[in-house]
Amino acid sequence: MSDSDAGTSRIDELFARTRAENRAALVGYLPAGFPTVERSIRAIATMVENGVDLVEVGLPYSDPVMDGPTIQAAAGAALEAGTKVDDVFEVVRATAGLGVPTVVMTYWNPVERRGVDRFAAQLAEAGGAGLITPDLIPDEGVDWEKASRAHDLDRIYLVAPSSTDERLLMTAEAASGFIYATAVMGVTGQRTETSSLAPELVARIREVTDKPVGVGLGVSNGAQAAEVAAFADAVIVGSALVRCLLDTDDEQQGLDALAALTRELRAGMERP
Amino acid sequence: MTTLSDGPVLPDGPGHFGRFGGRFMPEALIAPLDEITREWEAAQVDPVFQAELARMLREYANVPSPLYEAHRFSEAAGARILLKREDLNHTGAHKIRNVIGQALLAKRIGKPRCIAETGAGQHGVASATACAYLDLECTVYMGEVDTERQALNVARMRMLGAEVVPVTTGSRTLKDAINEALRDWVTTVDSTHYLFGTAAGPHPFPTMVRELTRGIGDEARAQTLALDGKLPDAVVACVGGGSNAIGMFTAFVDDADVRILGVEAGGDGVETGRHAATITGGQVGVLHGARSFLLQDDDGQTIESHSISAGLDYPGVGPEHAHLADIGRATYRPATDAQAMSAFDLLCKTEGIIPAIESAHALAGALDLARELGPDATILVNLSGRGDKDVHTAAEYFGLLAEGR
Repeated sequence: MSDSDAGTSRIDELFARTRAENRAALVGYLPAGFPTVERSIRAIATMVENGVDLVEVGLPYSDPVMDGPTIQAAAGAALEAGTKVDDVFEVVRATAGLGVPTVVMTYWNPVERRGVDRFAAQLAEAGGAGLITPDLIPDEGVDWEKASRAHDLDRIYLVAPSSTDERLLMTAEAASGFIYATAVMGVTGQRTETSSLAPELVARIREVTDKPVGVGLGVSNGAQAAEVAAFADAVIVGSALVRCLLDTDDEQQGLDALAALTRELRAGMERP
Repeated sequence: MTTLSDGPVLPDGPGHFGRFGGRFMPEALIAPLDEITREWEAAQVDPVFQAELARMLREYANVPSPLYEAHRFSEAAGARILLKREDLNHTGAHKIRNVIGQALLAKRIGKPRCIAETGAGQHGVASATACAYLDLECTVYMGEVDTERQALNVARMRMLGAEVVPVTTGSRTLKDAINEALRDWVTTVDSTHYLFGTAAGPHPFPTMVRELTRGIGDEARAQTLALDGKLPDAVVACVGGGSNAIGMFTAFVDDADVRILGVEAGGDGVETGRHAATITGGQVGVLHGARSFLLQDDDGQTIESHSISAGLDYPGVGPEHAHLADIGRATYRPATDAQAMSAFDLLCKTEGIIPAIESAHALAGALDLARELGPDATILVNLSGRGDKDVHTAAEYFGLLAEGR
């Protein structure tokens, strides 16, 4: 770790704890504002009550190139319902208030539009712990590096099976909190089998850093989560959780499904 | 490479044109983009590749296109107008230069499949053509709205052996077709080249597409010198994503006395908010992999563009145009639908040439400039495409299909 990373973030504390407990952390994603701001806050609270360790609040964006049909549908509906960036901060505030580390997953343009430092300041003020940036690579991240350090936010960058060793090292050094390893070459969405590429990718990351590694893309049930938990520090689940809310208009039914899936996933975090 | 007389060679290593360009892409695509960059740079200095490309352009695409002095149009314009006749290329537009170059590069890299996005269908048809010609598999993503508006072009692509995938997400137009093509690419990149259609997107696309289309300006500059013994006073091209314009402008960037005018799609008028004039009416932001100007709201959400010309109907613009505007080397102005269609009509009636509605925007800009510069001026206009594809739109616009009109 470089000197300026010396401070311990809420995400660092989380991973210190889950490592001590010999388990993986469960990271749950839901978009802010789907189907409404209030209901997204209640849905996130349900995930937290049922065992999610770290919340990823999605910032709905008009051109989500890394997302498959499920998240596109939910984020698109959130935008149509009028969700604004300010609403995302409100969801972050409510979530962080539950005592769980909360990060925002956002494509880069909304950050740049608001002003990188201003966005960072507002996120920090709302209690956010950092950003996951699917279309920002460290090569273009000079402003974000500065702003995130100024406001004590973590920089969670993605790596992929196609990343060269050189880029893995560079990205791992630029990242803080954890490293987001995309398990497959593809977009977000449920898959019937876990990726054979993920264990190898995580092993390659371990060779260049001891920062925690979260694995995402395609994990949708307890069995898959348990497989990934065996070799990753965190298991990241998005589409499968979103699907619980997309499948029904009835809020209680959606929350019940969400609670059940979260508990199933959470059970998979324990290592034997 | 473009140089500004006293400036650095652009882009820089990571693909920046001043404060624009770069790569805002998922990490998964960075290695493939690096591979394209490497192979492209190698191909640039490979005499075998260059000879092959030159031969294909000459024998197959009908390049170089002629320069034509439009006497009657000039008379009406009030200045001397030279047209670079890209409308006479195979498939009817400048786009064939880009697609043959990239398809040949895909062969070189060993990718058996190309994907492309298309709005009106022109880049899709050109891509399907190049893939048929070079024996590559081809999938074209096209917004569902556009597949309905441009059913004939869908049929053309299918005739040429391409698979056309209607895109039903988002606004179901060009920008969503690009999103869907990127989603395909991140999944299939081992076997697939993304044959990007304009001088935008992540590095190296803006530079590669510029180098593949810069023949337009290189030829036109030499042709004008041969005709007149001097350079034109101004060059004009329409700008959507900006491939025909950067292809025309690049040869003239170092000619400080030559004015450079890019004409954007003004739609109903920039003041109405219904337009595609990204540089005139947009703000700096990031879309589809590069920093440039774009149409967006206060939250950074992309706003849909509007233009009678499907080929200019895009809320972004290539980063090098943003840079040329930024440093004042080129000027960008809007032409409304009405101005473009008036210029369209004038070219039809005075020259017997039906231009693409995209190119009619450049003609409208030239008419504007002619009034400023006067009868002694020579204005070189890129007639980037022909209007066969636009007959239906234009006939509706002018009321030529209605009974008794």
